[in-house]
Amino acid sequence: MRRLKSIGAFWYDFVVGDDWRVAVVVVAALALTALLVHAAGVNAWWLLPACVFAALGWSLRRATRS
Amino acid sequence: MTALPLILTVFVACAVEAIEALTIVLAAGLTREWRSTFQGMAAALVVLAAIVAALGPTITLLPLTALRLAVGALLAIFGLQWLRKAILRATGYKSLHDEASAYLREVAAAKAAAPSSRGRVHDWYAFTLAFKGVLLEGLEVVFIVITFGANQRNVGAAVIGAAAAVLVVAVTGIAVRAPLAKVPENAMKFAVGIMLTSFGIFWGAEGAGVAWPGNDAALLVLVPVVALVALCYTVLLRRPQGVRPASAPTSASASASEEVSSS
Repeated sequence: MRRLKSIGAFWYDFVVGDDWRVAVVVVAALALTALLVHAAGVNAWWLLPACVFAALGWSLRRATRS
Repeated sequence: MTALPLILTVFVACAVEAIEALTIVLAAGLTREWRSTFQGMAAALVVLAAIVAALGPTITLLPLTALRLAVGALLAIFGLQWLRKAILRATGYKSLHDEASAYLREVAAAKAAAPSSRGRVHDWYAFTLAFKGVLLEGLEVVFIVITFGANQRNVGAAVIGAAAAVLVVAVTGIAVRAPLAKVPENAMKFAVGIMLTSFGIFWGAEGAGVAWPGNDAALLVLVPVVALVALCYTVLLRRPQGVRPASAPTSASASASEEVSSS
């Protein structure tokens, strides 16, 4: 169990890193993009870059303030 | 996209990881003993090769849309992690990665460790240090090779880029017998963060069903835009001169895994 936990922690740190909020924003933006494309017929190519830039700025601001 | 941008992107990304692995291997080899260091390195390379051989062909069997969505999301998250660290280093909020000081920390820890042998391994410390260093740095290389290669349906080209990077770094390291401290590693990490994030956005959005204006040519706009945004954040957040960044850890007991986590 302890080994499983440490493997999980390693992969979490490997992919997600210091700020999990960035990962949440990316996944949410992708879900919203898919919804807009498939349900509303909007070619929302701009949504993911906008969310990524905002998430990066937000994360940096949090890091530099703490 | 042709194979050349794929090979170059993988080459630069893998070179950064190879430089960090080289620092650990040199510390183990020059301070302890080379035979056990090479055994550890070879064991790690076998594990990494097995991962590529197992995952590479399996992943390419997935439908391209699902693959791009999953890989795009992973690359964007992974790339943003690199970019965030690179910007924090460039602005002075995080200490710059310094191979020379990393090497000195590893050497001090290697000198302090007691000798012990297990089975055919004469120096267990040198073996585990080299194994952990190469495996952990190599996992990032494997991740990049598989994601980029699978998405372009060209794992072979990605492997060529990675192998060339490892070869160049290894040959240079053997020639100078010292950590490659003069390589502009932090600038390279900044560039790799930009590339990983850009490809992640591009493939992730494509996987979600988006049709990029200009198709693949959109990447030629996306990469400079991501670079520009990253540079703007760097300028905006730059610390005033005279404010010292957080100092690098100086403990002689810093381990290989700590070294990897700071990369």
